This record gives sequence, C-alpha cells and structure tokens, in this order.
Amino acid sequence: MKHIETLETRNLCDSAKNGGCGECQTSCQSACKTSCGIANQQCESK
Amino acid sequence: MVHQYKLGGYNIVLDICSGSVHAVDEVAYDIIAMFEQNDRDTVIAEMAKKYADREDMTAKDIEECYDDVVELKNRGKLFAPDTFEPMAGKLKEKTAGVVKALCLHIAHTCNLNCSYCFASQGKYHGDRAVMSFEVGKRALDFLIEHSGSRRNLEVDFFGGEPLMNFDVVKQLVVYARSIEKEKGKNFRFTLTTNGMLIDDDVIEFANKECHNVVLSLDGRREIHDRFRVDYAGKGSFDRIVPKFQELVAKRGGKDYYMRGTFTHANPDFLEDIKVMLDLGFTELSMEPVVCAEGDPAELTDADMEIVKQQYEQLADLMLQRDREERPFTFYHYMIDLTGGPCIYKRISGCGSGTEYMAVTPWGDLYPCHQFVGEEKFKLGSVFEGVTNPDVRDEFAACNVYARPACRDCWARLYCSGGCAANAYHATGSVTGIYEKGCELFRKRMECAIMVAVARALGGKK
Repeated sequence: MKHIETLETRNLCDSAKNGGCGECQTSCQSACKTSCGIANQQCESK
Repeated sequence: MVHQYKLGGYNIVLDICSGSVHAVDEVAYDIIAMFEQNDRDTVIAEMAKKYADREDMTAKDIEECYDDVVELKNRGKLFAPDTFEPMAGKLKEKTAGVVKALCLHIAHTCNLNCSYCFASQGKYHGDRAVMSFEVGKRALDFLIEHSGSRRNLEVDFFGGEPLMNFDVVKQLVVYARSIEKEKGKNFRFTLTTNGMLIDDDVIEFANKECHNVVLSLDGRREIHDRFRVDYAGKGSFDRIVPKFQELVAKRGGKDYYMRGTFTHANPDFLEDIKVMLDLGFTELSMEPVVCAEGDPAELTDADMEIVKQQYEQLADLMLQRDREERPFTFYHYMIDLTGGPCIYKRISGCGSGTEYMAVTPWGDLYPCHQFVGEEKFKLGSVFEGVTNPDVRDEFAACNVYARPACRDCWARLYCSGGCAANAYHATGSVTGIYEKGCELFRKRMECAIMVAVARALGGKK
C-alpha cells in the first residue's frame, strides 16, 4: 500500500485459538519488580 | 479501538484488538482519524480540502488511501472489535491452583540503608530475618507440588539482600537441581542483588546457575550514592560497580539487567542510562520510584513531564546507538511484535496471588513481594498451602476487564491491567489503577513501538 506500511505482528485474534499454554514468564518476575507490563515478554510456545 | 500518535518522525497507528501496527503517511493518518465517525464522501471531501495545495496528493491518491483503510478493516487489521471479554479469566480458570513462580525472600535484612526502599530497608515493616534451608526447601517442594504440567518454574532470590544469606541460596539451588529432572521441571533462577557482597564465589555461582541477575545501580555516582548508602551513610557506587562489571564480563551473554530507580532527585534519568552505558553495561532497566504519597522521593507533576520527554530521548538514543552498531536494551522497550504474548496472557493480569507468590523468610505466602507485610493479604504458608482462599480469589478475579478504568485505555493489551500492588497502594483496591504509573506506561509503549517501527522500516520514514 502506498500510504500505509503494516508491520508484521502476531494476530491477537488468532492467538485466541492456539494460545494459553501458560509457560510464559510471570509478568514482573526477574526484572522490574515494581511496575507491570506484559508487552516485553516472549511467548514460550512460538 | 485505534490509537494514533506521532513520534520520532513517524505517524503510527495501533489497532489494539488485532495487535496490528501501521506506519502511515499524513493523509492515511487523517483518514483513519475520521473513518469511524464519517462516511466515505465526507472523509474524501475533507481530505481534498486539507491537501488541496499538495501536488503529490491527488484526488485519486486520497480515494486509494481511503480504500486501503477499508481493506485493512476488512482484513481485521484496523478497527477490530474487542471480542476478548468472555475469555477474561479463562486462563486462570484453566490453570486454577497452578503456581509457576515464587519470589523467595531469602533475607529480610540488608547491608544498605536506602531511604526510598519499598521494602523498608529489606525488613518489609517487620523484623529482620533470614530464610532457613528448611523453609526454602519446603517452598521449592510447594512450587513443584502446585505446578501441574508446567515445566518452566521461576524462582527469584530476593530480599532485602539475598547474598546476606548466600549459603542458603546455594543449598536451595543444589536441592532444586537434584530433583528437577525426575520431576520433569526446569528451574530458572534469578538473583536480585545490591552488589555489596559479590565476590568470585558469587560470580561463579550466578553465572552458572542463574537464568538472570538483576543488579541494582541507579546510574550517576551522585544519584546512586544519594540513596544507596550503607549504615554509616557512605555511598556504595565505588564498591559495587567494579564487581558488577566483573560479573557481567564473565556472564558469557546470559541475561542480566542493571536495574535503577529514578526519583524526584533524577527525573532526568537518561543521564543515568548514559552512565550505565559508559560503564559498559548494555542490558538496562530504570524504574520510577514506588513510594507513599508525600514522600520526598515522589515524582512531582513537573517531574512527570520531564520523565516523559526523557523516554522519548531514550528512544532516540537507542536508534542512534543502533546506527553506530552499539545497541543496548531497555527493559521496558523490549517488544516482540511477532512473538509476544498471546491474548490470554494479555488479558489475564500479572498472575500475582495465583501463579506467582512471594514467600517470607518464615514461609508465609503473599500475592507478591509488594504485599509482604500487609497482613490482610497473607495467603497461607508453604507448609499449609493457601488457607485464605478469599485473597486468592480476589487476585484470580483481577484481569483487564475487571478494572473499569482499563476498558477505554488503548494500552490495556500491552500492560494487562497493571500492577495490583501499585493499584492497591494508590486506591485501596487491587482492581483500581495507579494513574501516574499508567501515564508513564503509555508513554513507554509509544516509545517502544516507535523504536520497533523504526527498526522494522530500517529508518525509512
């Protein structure tokens, strides 16, 4: 598209079908310990 | 929901529910902003008027651009509806009773006397204490017993200062390693330390056994030594930095974070990041102070504006260092757009009180390290298990949709509802929100995504 560049991203709607294994790191474990976010975490099953 | 912003020379459009990220030109940016509230003819007429004096923006261009937006909507990459609410809580239901991470409070004591410490100099508003091997061993057994089919188990050695009880740390790792194979588990240990007691033995241990180490350093010497002092009031910077440098040099590429705190004394925390870089560290985290309202360390409204500017400048610095082939990592700007968390994780909240618990030196369980010392949040103990199911249920019910203030927030699927402890301390409820924290989180996400866009486009604007 000339006006829009779409980055490759994980489709969150699709992840509803195959996600939820729960193997990923607990949110604030191992680093910040005082403010929580999940965007910087890795999916363990990908 | 769509969130649009301009940063670093990019026009960025986030489609929140599909997770899509778009870098767009000005006309696409404007069309998307008008799209939902107006029909095609109105949008195109408005754009034709706005861009009338732009030779490169013909009527055909505008129509094409509008049709591109329609196509993206049809492909579910723009204006995707939020269909996730019925799934909220499902992951926790599915894994009810499963614990996968423990924060072991190895020592409720510290050899530094930092006045800004959320844990009241390691004592958590209680008595000084160290964890015995028996309590720690029982905690590891409790974790295995409650981990279900979960293979990766996370254990943080935390304090206070855990190296004040290093022998027990070592014994616990030996014990965990001796049983993990037969139990089908993989322990991932993290050590969080102020560095004062690091020696060759600690370095060898940490680099062999710890999946991650978190090293507390606030940046500039004068900033670090303002708070991070020993009981004689003497700053610790010169004593710990060489030890941290040696530990990191010998780490062989394994994970570590230099973890600093910024306060009212240094809202210009980018200067502290630069000092860490000059010292040779590249895996960095700087966190806003968590303290009571009115504390002298608290960030003021004026500080907040400075901090937000600093986050933008930090993003610019990261891209500049990329170009110079001297990259570094900032914990809160790590974002993997293709391999990040699934939607269950994104709506389920942080896991405190359910899959993650903190263990005091005497074996009591709390929803997380920040609730230790708040007696009403005591869940039970590693010996008796969860004996206060009301607290567990309260945390199990925490998710993005349980927080009314999150419903209209574009960042909700990046933060998962935020920190229950911060929410509780700010509002008295674990389903409240800590607005200052949210404000900074949103700014960090905008910066993190801008960096990801810039990297994906190779700097092309």
